[in-house]
Amino acid sequence: MPVQDKAESAGNQSRGSSQASSISAWIYNPQIRAFVFQALLLLFVGYLCYSFISNAYENMQRQNLAGGFNFLGFTSGFDINFTLIEYNETSTYGRVLLVGLLNTLLVAAIGIFFATIIGLIVGIARLSNNWGVQKLATAYVEVTRNLPLLFQILFWYMAVIRPLPAVKDSYKLFDLFYLNVRGAYIPRPVFSAGAEFVGIALVIAVVLAIIIGKWAHRRQMQTGQQFPVWTSSLGLIIGLPLIVLMLTGFPISFETPVQSGPFNLAGGIRMVPELVALILALSTYTAGFIAEIIRAGIVAVSHGQTEAAYSLGLRPSPTLRLIVIPQAMRVIIPPMTSQYLNLTKNSSLAVAIGYPDLVAVFAGTTLNQTGQAIEVIAITMGCYLVISLLTSGFMNWYNRRIALVER
Amino acid sequence: MTAAFIRSELAAPLPPPPMSVGPLAWMRLHMFSSVWDSIVTVITLTLGLYVAWALVDYMLLSAVFVGQSREACLPHNGQQVGACWPFIYAKFNQFIYGIYPETERWRPNVVYLLGALLVVPLLIPSVPFKTLNAVLFLVVYPVVAFFLLVGGVFGLPAVRTAEWGGLLVTLVVAVTGIVASLPLGIVLALGRRSHLSIVRLFSIIFIEFWRGVPLITVLFFANRMLPLFLPSDWSVDGLLRALIGVTLFAAAYMAEVIRGGLQAIPKGQYEGAMALGLSYWRMMFLIVLPQALKLVIPGIVNTFIGLFKDTTLVAIVGIFDLLGQIRSAVSDPNWSTPGTLYTGFFFAGVIYFFFCFGMSRYSMFLERRLHTGHKK
Repeated sequence: MPVQDKAESAGNQSRGSSQASSISAWIYNPQIRAFVFQALLLLFVGYLCYSFISNAYENMQRQNLAGGFNFLGFTSGFDINFTLIEYNETSTYGRVLLVGLLNTLLVAAIGIFFATIIGLIVGIARLSNNWGVQKLATAYVEVTRNLPLLFQILFWYMAVIRPLPAVKDSYKLFDLFYLNVRGAYIPRPVFSAGAEFVGIALVIAVVLAIIIGKWAHRRQMQTGQQFPVWTSSLGLIIGLPLIVLMLTGFPISFETPVQSGPFNLAGGIRMVPELVALILALSTYTAGFIAEIIRAGIVAVSHGQTEAAYSLGLRPSPTLRLIVIPQAMRVIIPPMTSQYLNLTKNSSLAVAIGYPDLVAVFAGTTLNQTGQAIEVIAITMGCYLVISLLTSGFMNWYNRRIALVER
Repeated sequence: MTAAFIRSELAAPLPPPPMSVGPLAWMRLHMFSSVWDSIVTVITLTLGLYVAWALVDYMLLSAVFVGQSREACLPHNGQQVGACWPFIYAKFNQFIYGIYPETERWRPNVVYLLGALLVVPLLIPSVPFKTLNAVLFLVVYPVVAFFLLVGGVFGLPAVRTAEWGGLLVTLVVAVTGIVASLPLGIVLALGRRSHLSIVRLFSIIFIEFWRGVPLITVLFFANRMLPLFLPSDWSVDGLLRALIGVTLFAAAYMAEVIRGGLQAIPKGQYEGAMALGLSYWRMMFLIVLPQALKLVIPGIVNTFIGLFKDTTLVAIVGIFDLLGQIRSAVSDPNWSTPGTLYTGFFFAGVIYFFFCFGMSRYSMFLERRLHTGHKK
């Protein structure tokens, strides 16, 4: 009873004091503080945005700079030395944007393809038992990861590609592929009348391969019987279009580059030397990082898995294929996706050697010609942001899908 | 009858079979374990020796060491000439200082020396007074270095930032980027983990925006757009624009690194601090951040390595860092020889490799030391 009395009187006292200083009750209330802080933050950010925009408006008025996105319809007036689509000096700046974007995506796609292959080889070589192979792979990874990318791009461009021989002394491979100071030439496929059937056959073969894969998986879950999915899919994807090719009388032929005049090769697809140098530099640089990721992934699979597989009688090759690599994938895919993203963003360094990618033609030449810094840089950053967000979205989806569901 | 032989002490252990221990056994396992293995070993050793020999030959044996101009490095009598070292001697000051006035070169020297004196004790884990050291390096040193390099006060003549170049600019951009992005990164990381939804939203937008765009576009943004956003009577120096861009970019990556550290602190630490009645900021500064920052020091060193390599990009907005200085030196017609380009590249490569490899080895040493690496 005395304790209760004391507590009651203490409660009365605090209630009395809180009635007297309700301001302090407001100041120390967490919800009110949160609200006030966030409102202040919103006001501050709003003020910053307003002052930036008004300053920009005033500066652009003062310097007589135009505003708005009409410039995308103006004629560009400059030529681009490598385009995947039709383009000439009378095309608009909007077309310049498209050309730059396609060039960036081309470099990124080819770079990702080669970087993955080289990275796989070097990563597995780093795990080899052979001392020579392991040390060579380690030297490769250390050199490519510790030198700046711009340095490597300049090295490949100035020290390797520019000193290539002239057209009449080109390096040739089977008279189909040429490599010289004007670039790399590969045969160009020429499509005539029946070629679309081959394309349709390819699509049908891919769809059939996916269906066969799903059916074989279901059958294995139910009966335990295995089906040679990979060999049958490969045969389907190569064989079906080949059969259609033969049936329609070979509508796809190849135009090979031939010497035309002393300084030129006509025909074929010409990859400008800047593109070749950029692909070489980006692939070798990113391959160093991918090799480390793959090595970390394979090392992360517990050795007990391999030992259990061996004790079940599995040989090393099926162990790798069925046990180690599927588990390593969980650790490998997220950092590998972010390396692909880094490669795409690093392709913007093309501006240093004159390859016409998005940053070089749009944020470089177009910006210098129109002077509309805000719109041009905003569009460029927006393009890269969209690519980044799409890739991180995919990575998050993949992570959720393969996340370990624990008991 | 004779007694059976009974040993009175243990038999001495015999030595192991000769081919199962020692260097021969190692070679048998790792170099010559099968026919295919042996062939591969021979090929890789030949390749390695060939590359090493070519490098030594180019850099030492057929290199030119003395000379005053390009004639010394041109091939005479048809013999192959290797590296052109007189070119490096002649341009060495440009590589380290840019076109900083010669009479004022003691100022960057003092800055380098002070920096080395402050950083080396900070990096060695067993040296005491780490907090004092960190405060001196992160707060006092930048101010001192700024006044020393820029001048204009205390009787020091002013030196425009356009005259800074070479290794000076590379180190200024890299160190300023890291030092300035640390507080900003901490604030962003705390904001991203905050319970206040607006704060979290702004932090996420800021971080994902700066991480999603390439550094070149950030440098273009800082170079062309920033002057438009500021009042017209604030004229922002060229180097300062690049520094702002690099700091914002590095802050986003630093925020992600620090967020990883914050997530690794057990919830009990937060709850214990709250149970003691510590306010949010006291809890962060006294309890959580010291532990989190110590955990992510290897991550911060990795970010620094990336930033150091990325300083080469400022050449694209017209600031002469080490690589930019070497490129412009290579195109000097006074020194144009076949070997100048390769010598310049080799010199630049060695410097960058030395810095980055050294830092990555340090980061691995620190991970082992702080037990934050993978436990097998």
